[in-house]
Amino acid sequence: MADSFSIEDEMNSRRRFLVAATSVAGGIAGVAVATPFMLSMMPSERAKAAGAPVEVDIDNLEPGMLIMVEWRGRVVWILNRTPEMLATLETLEPELADPNSEKDQQPDYAQNRTRSIKPEILVAVGLCTHLGCSPVFRKDIAPEDLGPDWLGGFFCPCHGSKFDLAGRVYSNLPAPTNMVVPPHTYLTDTRLLIGAESKESA
Amino acid sequence: MSNGLNSLKEWIDKRFPMTSNWEAHLSKYYAPKNFNFWYYFGSLALLVLVNQILTGIFLTMHYKPDAELAFRSVEYIMRDVDYGWLIRYMHSTGASMFFVVVYLHMFRGMMYGSYRKPRELLWLIGMAIFFVLMSLAFTGYILPWGQMSYWGAQVIVSMFGAIPLVGDQLTLLLLGDFNLSDATLNRFFAYHVVTLPLLMLVLVFVHILALHEVGSNNPDGVEIKENKNPESKIPVDGIPFHPYYSVKDIVGVIGFLIVFCTIVFFAPEFGGYFLEHNNFIPANTLQTPDHIAPVWYFTPYYSMLRAVTVNFLWVDAKLWGVILMAAAVVIFAFLPWLDKSPVKSVRYKGPIFKFALTMFVISFFVLGWLGMEAPTPLYTLLAQIFTVIYFAFFLLMPWYSKIDKTKPEPKRVTK
Repeated sequence: MADSFSIEDEMNSRRRFLVAATSVAGGIAGVAVATPFMLSMMPSERAKAAGAPVEVDIDNLEPGMLIMVEWRGRVVWILNRTPEMLATLETLEPELADPNSEKDQQPDYAQNRTRSIKPEILVAVGLCTHLGCSPVFRKDIAPEDLGPDWLGGFFCPCHGSKFDLAGRVYSNLPAPTNMVVPPHTYLTDTRLLIGAESKESA
Repeated sequence: MSNGLNSLKEWIDKRFPMTSNWEAHLSKYYAPKNFNFWYYFGSLALLVLVNQILTGIFLTMHYKPDAELAFRSVEYIMRDVDYGWLIRYMHSTGASMFFVVVYLHMFRGMMYGSYRKPRELLWLIGMAIFFVLMSLAFTGYILPWGQMSYWGAQVIVSMFGAIPLVGDQLTLLLLGDFNLSDATLNRFFAYHVVTLPLLMLVLVFVHILALHEVGSNNPDGVEIKENKNPESKIPVDGIPFHPYYSVKDIVGVIGFLIVFCTIVFFAPEFGGYFLEHNNFIPANTLQTPDHIAPVWYFTPYYSMLRAVTVNFLWVDAKLWGVILMAAAVVIFAFLPWLDKSPVKSVRYKGPIFKFALTMFVISFFVLGWLGMEAPTPLYTLLAQIFTVIYFAFFLLMPWYSKIDKTKPEPKRVTK
């Protein structure tokens, strides 16, 4: 009886080891099998290939006018700011969260007060940095719903975030950062390329 | 004939536990005899689930999960498919009524302490069902690919992007693209019609198994199993579910169907609360509607999401909003351990609990209303105040449920 016990004990520890080893191997196999399924859910090759830069002619863009173009399925705004609009940018700076555009939301060449290459032309992805709604262009000054201090800008109807006319966010509102300025360049004085810094790099 | 049926029954019972299950879950499942109006909503939730599955199957026969075709295929169902409008309105009204019924079912549990020992696990399974229900509602709302579908999805998916470290990868995994697109619609369709309904059915099955293990609570919050007839071992305050409650529930079903059919036939959009007006406009990636709000059942959480406007500690306001919104849903799961009262039911709890529960209900409604309105500074302030009240109900409960002046529980259930 005692003999058979010792044999059984040995078998038990061997069995326990084998059960543990098999479980670990099974777990690894499980992760290995799950991998292709998870990867199949990531953007496909076709999705990666899409997203070519967009060329826009801004010859007809009058001062004060905003046009929308689609780039990579997102809305991009092109706004031609009047001198009065540009003047508001400095006035509003005390109310902004990141007036000097220190957070990485724009290319280096747009890290200035107007957040643009040409001072009057703003190019920005028209999506709120809070939860991705598209803010409304409100150029009216001191409207009833936005209060007497409103000098024109972008207002997000979803959660109430406000941006100035350079897409810089007001502080103490849900949106954490300024709006994104996409990479862009001027092919000629009035032909704008959005999504790349030059025709070649596209 | 009856002999033939009897021998068939015996033949099956030797091969499958038919009679024993029938008895365990229906004819010999003893439920407290003092159930009231609030006890209709469990069976009604089951009824709505069946409605959603049946109508959903017929909708998939005509619907096309393709960003180019989805909107038109829904309009096709509404206009060209015979009785398509009826099936679609039954499905869309069912979605809202599912939340009506489930919110009332949860409120019943909160009133009568149905989450308390020994029903903690039953409550947790119920919470899991609630999460799956919310996911089902969200993925389903995307499918018509209208303006609200698109921008609602944009907001919800962006919330996952706020999660530190993994947010960006998680967003890609959800979207299947670099922005909300056809790929996203296609996979949300798969979740809505396969993954989540399967999960829901399993969870509902487990919920009922857990219920029948511990037995139903009742408006008095006393355990009927503690007082059994010494000979028959049947709880003296229990009556068999079938036929007593199966028949009573039919009354509830008729009452519910009167309301349900009235909505389906006379007000299927329910003034924009069940089907939002902006969702009758095809998705436009260039423009968010001037006013966007989720469907009514998500608005309490939605107003908490946008109530946070200041950065706090090292976490920014956006992430706080998301955390707060998630916490507002998850916090129900902690109720079994937050409630320290010696009694279960509101009938015997003291004035502080009654006040706290009233304030909670008021804050739920006010937040729900605010979530439908456009944000103004005053409304944001209101949302902040009522968010604090909402959380205070839960977080202060360990304290106020202990000092509250309770009445003694009766030995047996009352009328």
